[in-house]
Amino acid sequence: MKYVDEFRDPGKALALSREIHALTATIARAKRQPLQIMEVCGGHTHSIFRYGVTQFLPDEIEFVHGPGCPVCVLPMGRVDDCVALAERPEVIFTTFGDAMRVPGSKKSLLKAKADGADVRMVYSPLDALALARQNPEREVIFFGLGFETTMPSTAMTVLQADAQNVSNFSLFCNHITIIPTIKAILDEPDLRLDGFLGPGHVSMVIGSAAYDFIARDYGKPITIAGFEPLDVLQSVWMVVKQIAEGRAQVENQYARVVPRDGNKVALAAVAEVFELREFFEWRGLGSIAHSGVRVRERYAAFDAERKFALPNLRIADPQSCQCGEVLKGQLKPQQCKIFGTACTPQTPLGALMVSTEGACAAFYNYGRIDTSGLSASKATKEDQHGR
Amino acid sequence: MCLGIPGQIVEIVEGVDAAGKLAIVDVGGVRREVNIAFIVDKEHTVADCVGDWVLVHVGFAMVRIDEGEAAATLALLREMGEYQTEIDSMQTSAAGNPA
Repeated sequence: MKYVDEFRDPGKALALSREIHALTATIARAKRQPLQIMEVCGGHTHSIFRYGVTQFLPDEIEFVHGPGCPVCVLPMGRVDDCVALAERPEVIFTTFGDAMRVPGSKKSLLKAKADGADVRMVYSPLDALALARQNPEREVIFFGLGFETTMPSTAMTVLQADAQNVSNFSLFCNHITIIPTIKAILDEPDLRLDGFLGPGHVSMVIGSAAYDFIARDYGKPITIAGFEPLDVLQSVWMVVKQIAEGRAQVENQYARVVPRDGNKVALAAVAEVFELREFFEWRGLGSIAHSGVRVRERYAAFDAERKFALPNLRIADPQSCQCGEVLKGQLKPQQCKIFGTACTPQTPLGALMVSTEGACAAFYNYGRIDTSGLSASKATKEDQHGR
Repeated sequence: MCLGIPGQIVEIVEGVDAAGKLAIVDVGGVRREVNIAFIVDKEHTVADCVGDWVLVHVGFAMVRIDEGEAAATLALLREMGEYQTEIDSMQTSAAGNPA
């Protein structure tokens, strides 16, 4: 197996692999159609492809790569809003680096910058706030995106801007929230998922208890997983064991980082600054009820949506793009019409190709030695072709 | 953005207002200001944080981890090609290091 030496404990990986094979063999329905396990988080997607985790799994287990890559689910209309804000002469538009290359309907933020807009990459929302203090004559806007992992940081930055009266700082809030998103996936009429790998760092903030409904109301097993390839493999084993034993529970493989109740200080900051939106638009998935948050009225002075007029248009994804089908697990990345031809990590058309956490970019970078669902024997054959 | 990066708290930044609980964190030899408000409470105060290993996400310490976990996570980030991206992003951030 190609990457077995890269596992920190190859013996343990092979032992887990054997146990997963044995357990899967006891699950009758896996013989009719493969068990589908969704890894919700893009970090897991990256890890699965990077280490070729599927070569340790039997044919009867498939990963469905979930929507947990915030950059990847950013719709074009939202990028257009960013560009419109960035092109205002008084504005310094600040963003995480990953969002720079996401295509809008006319241009990306990177192109807007090349065309003269003042777009600056920042590492932290705190850096954007510092820029606002350093440039009192300019309007500094921070492009906030991400699930609950980054949401508390943005909330805390708004609270600081408020405490320090930094009136030229505002947030363009595009944060999304994980629980309604998982609910929407579970409510899909043609749902076939058999279980979940729960996100690691989102869960560090919201706590493992937040997923109780998945087991209780939907009868699906979920294991919160760390990012090491062994973590992922062990978590798959835990999910498969639940299925084999007819259990549906929330299990926590990543307890060294994820507490049951999450981070109370972080959750309090989020609750103070943000409230749920009625709906939020996702690339490829359409509108999902209550899946995004906005700034509360109380902090309106720091809300870029209230402060500036936005085009706020809904722009359809390019016809050729099949990001939606890939996000829903209906297509594998390589089955998209334009995968690797019109759409590559160098010139992405679809958002899944932009971020290293997107399923398409991960598959493009590592996928030739790792096809989802490949058995160990087939993987060995594939290895001989190399990359 | 979502994987974060481990670092060790080397000193507390003094003289800031109560909202900004700040520390200097060493991440792979790069030092920058990090907000530690999310990892302190009555039992573990700001002063107790010096020497702690933490997982840093976009300039905020989100959780305390042990040294072994920090080392394993750093190795993972290196192998996944995320380590340099994260360090570069810290070093080239538009506001520079506000410290």
